[in-house]
Amino acid sequence: MERRTIKVEINGESYSAEVEPRLLLSDFIRHVAGLTGTHVGCEHGVCGACTVQLDGDPVRSCLLFAVQADGRSLRTVEGMTDGLDEGELHPLQQAFHEKHGLQCGFCTPGFLMSLEPLLLEEGDLSDREIREALAGNLCRCTGYQNIVEAVKLARERVREPAASPLSE
Amino acid sequence: MKPPRFAYHDPRGVDEALALLAEHGDDGKALAGGQSLVPLLNFRLAHPEHLIDLNRIGALAGIRREDGTLRIKAMTRQATLEASPLVRENWPLVTDGLGFVAHAQIRNRGTVGGSVAHADPAAELPVVFSVLGARFHVASKRGERAIDAGDFFVTHLTTTMEPDEMLVEIEVPPVAPGTGHAFTEFARRHGDFALGGAAALVAVDGDGVCTSAALGLLAAAPTPVRATEAEQMLVGERIDETLAARAAERAAAGVEPTGDIHGSGEYRKHLIGVMARRAIAAAAERAGAANGAGRGA
Repeated sequence: MERRTIKVEINGESYSAEVEPRLLLSDFIRHVAGLTGTHVGCEHGVCGACTVQLDGDPVRSCLLFAVQADGRSLRTVEGMTDGLDEGELHPLQQAFHEKHGLQCGFCTPGFLMSLEPLLLEEGDLSDREIREALAGNLCRCTGYQNIVEAVKLARERVREPAASPLSE
Repeated sequence: MKPPRFAYHDPRGVDEALALLAEHGDDGKALAGGQSLVPLLNFRLAHPEHLIDLNRIGALAGIRREDGTLRIKAMTRQATLEASPLVRENWPLVTDGLGFVAHAQIRNRGTVGGSVAHADPAAELPVVFSVLGARFHVASKRGERAIDAGDFFVTHLTTTMEPDEMLVEIEVPPVAPGTGHAFTEFARRHGDFALGGAAALVAVDGDGVCTSAALGLLAAAPTPVRATEAEQMLVGERIDETLAARAAERAAAGVEPTGDIHGSGEYRKHLIGVMARRAIAAAAERAGAANGAGRGA
């Protein structure tokens, strides 16, 4: 059986392993790197639960092979609190918490990975644009309304740090 | 939901990739963005013995304009094309169509060439390129050839490319200044495959008379469709609501979409007519506005 040795950087740490080429990146993240914050739902690119950031861009980790990430840099939900104090949340996580943007939480890591780049997007975003941005992630609990609210709150705080107690 | 075993190749150059395709023929499969192929592998609906990953070939990505013609290398990511100011300015139908391609996370990885070569008739890019009269450059060890969009699509997921060939570049001719464009589609949820849709390009002269028209339909047949009869009805006429509706009706009458759990064939046929009417009307309005603005300036 063909195997390859690969090295993938995840949240700034290097993970090296010998893997079969057919190993999905989502399985590499969970079973090899042991980072189980990335969830696996449909495994065919529909639900968005496994979304991670590959060199900064949100992608489905179930539609990539681990060998394709060899030499690349990944960010998963665990990386969102890097550099923060113990117990402190990323502004998007904090907003999800405050606005009740999650219930069971299974889909949440995928939403966070998908929506994080939106926080820094210039200009005003309409509800419609926010809804379009989260259309690639399925949530069966919340009905999405509170997720939209959470994005708005997090954008407010990140873009106008002076007005936010979180920015201290 | 795990892919079957395959031998994995990740060539660094086009020649190496073509040699691998020639060697493995029907047992080999080129992997572009993987947003359609990997689901097929995970479902075990595809069982290639050799997977030839094109993602490490830097020479296969890039967008440029040459003598007025847009040239898109096959491995250009859909998100990159969508963000291109050059494309938005000169080929806005491409940008508009891309906004309907799945979701941002898919477009970050999905490639322009991959979508074309996959040849799903419900996909946006094949229809957009058909309407724009694009040509697809394909290469093999035997040499290169260019295939007109009209001769490229055979049926569902099937093109006139041979097993040892791969798509390397998409060539899109310039669109005449003042041409109006529109892309419409209806899907149950944003980003889902469309139940029906249409893409239109319309040019009008100073008197508001249509000088050229192109209308494409998606999810209407086993291939992208150019509704040539409807196009002919528009040329030489002033396009008003009635004519847009009549031409759209003709376009829908020419297709027999297949029904499934998401909509009957009859419903889809009706929907395609509605989408075509809206696309024609919106493109004609934009053409008229561009023309008016041009004369005013």
